[in-house]
Amino acid sequence: MINITNLSKSFGKLSVLENLDLEIKEGGIFAILGPNGSGKTTLIKCLLGMVIPDKGTISINDKSILKKWDYRNELNYLPQIANFPANLSVNELIDMVKDLRPKTANETELIAHFGLEPFLKKKLGHLSGGTKQKVNIVLTFMFDSQLIILDEPTTGLDPVSLIHLKELIRREKEKGKTILITSHIMSFVDDTADEIVFLLDGKIYFKGSVSQLKERTKETNLENAIAKLITE
Amino acid sequence: MLKILKYSIYDLLRSRWSYVYFLFYLLLGFVLLFLNNDVNKAVITLMNVIIVLTPLIGTIFGIMYFYNSKEFTELLLAQPIKRSNIFMGQYVGISLSLTLSLVLGLGIPFIVYGLFRSAAIFDFTLLLVVASFLNFIFVALAYNIALSTENKIKGFGYAILMWLFLAVVYDGLFLISLIAFNDYPLGKFSLIATMFNPIDLSRILILLKLDFSALLGYTGAVFKEFFGTAFGMVMSMLVLSLWVILPVLNINRKLRKKDF
Repeated sequence: MINITNLSKSFGKLSVLENLDLEIKEGGIFAILGPNGSGKTTLIKCLLGMVIPDKGTISINDKSILKKWDYRNELNYLPQIANFPANLSVNELIDMVKDLRPKTANETELIAHFGLEPFLKKKLGHLSGGTKQKVNIVLTFMFDSQLIILDEPTTGLDPVSLIHLKELIRREKEKGKTILITSHIMSFVDDTADEIVFLLDGKIYFKGSVSQLKERTKETNLENAIAKLITE
Repeated sequence: MLKILKYSIYDLLRSRWSYVYFLFYLLLGFVLLFLNNDVNKAVITLMNVIIVLTPLIGTIFGIMYFYNSKEFTELLLAQPIKRSNIFMGQYVGISLSLTLSLVLGLGIPFIVYGLFRSAAIFDFTLLLVVASFLNFIFVALAYNIALSTENKIKGFGYAILMWLFLAVVYDGLFLISLIAFNDYPLGKFSLIATMFNPIDLSRILILLKLDFSALLGYTGAVFKEFFGTAFGMVMSMLVLSLWVILPVLNINRKLRKKDF
């Protein structure tokens, strides 16, 4: 599905990604983990075409995506910070994103799933952080795309919504979607992820299943396993 | 791009500031007309206000919009839309909504006062055209600054400095050079120096249309000879267009390499 070879990116003197190679197969949930500043967001933004790599290639379904934009129609992205134009209402924002993408959307079910009906006419500037994140999730999942990228999806969510989100992710996975997630909440990763891609200093330090990781670090708890991976 | 344009105009039309700006011009128009009691005089006073204020408002609006809609722009960047279309849509959206506030805000009082029965209609139209150019020019310049400065405060500072330079400092330098080289014929030099500052160019263009060239002495005569003709007029409009086109091209060039 996704093929990244020799990807490098530096911001000024700071080198964030160094000759990174990564292959992600179709179907399943991949957690991209790593300490702060390890290049997770940069990697995702390279995939989205928001950050332009210094060198290397990225292809999705064997087609290079560098300098292209139409491939994003087959991709759903949940940004880390949900900050929308304060003047718009939730309904208007949803309509706008629908208008901007050629695909058909099925937002009604998702709105019900997260109980957003009472907020539809409210201005986005008046919503709480968690409600904004729910709107953000609806915007991401309302299109049917093969690739879904979630950057810190759990931010600001209450436990009930978190359960709803996990359920949603599970359903998408059952449809055979490829889902990339970054998160610092290890219990969430442990619950959802099939495979872990661990980034350290701009390189892939570990790639494999959760159980493989636990085996390698001889830890039973994912949080401790990751901590051991960082310090070893 | 049209969709982005539609939404950024929609967004701006719902923002308080567009109305404040519109009401400001409305008030200014009415006050000037009823104080001066003369359309011609009002146009001149208006010119003095517009030539300084429009660039300032354009600069501030442009830079504020860019930084304030940063997260939203990121949302758009993840959609299947070409990068340049997003920013061009926003740019045209801001410039158009500012121009709309200006044209409506000034147009209404002048029409109420009886502009169509006055001879000043051409001068007034020229004033509006020039002011619209200034909007497009300074929003583009502000976008250039915003795109190359990550830091909001710095970007804001640079933008204000740019405005200060073009609106005030440039004139000062210009005057000093005129005094220093008083003994030489300065007609050509002044003419060219004027072209490099859109604010000066707009001012001279309007002043000469209003027939104040006598005030400017010999240089005024050279200016009159140039700007007074159809050729001069076309040339100035061309230079003003260049002041829009070049910064816009530079925005697109910067966008190709920019990381978000």
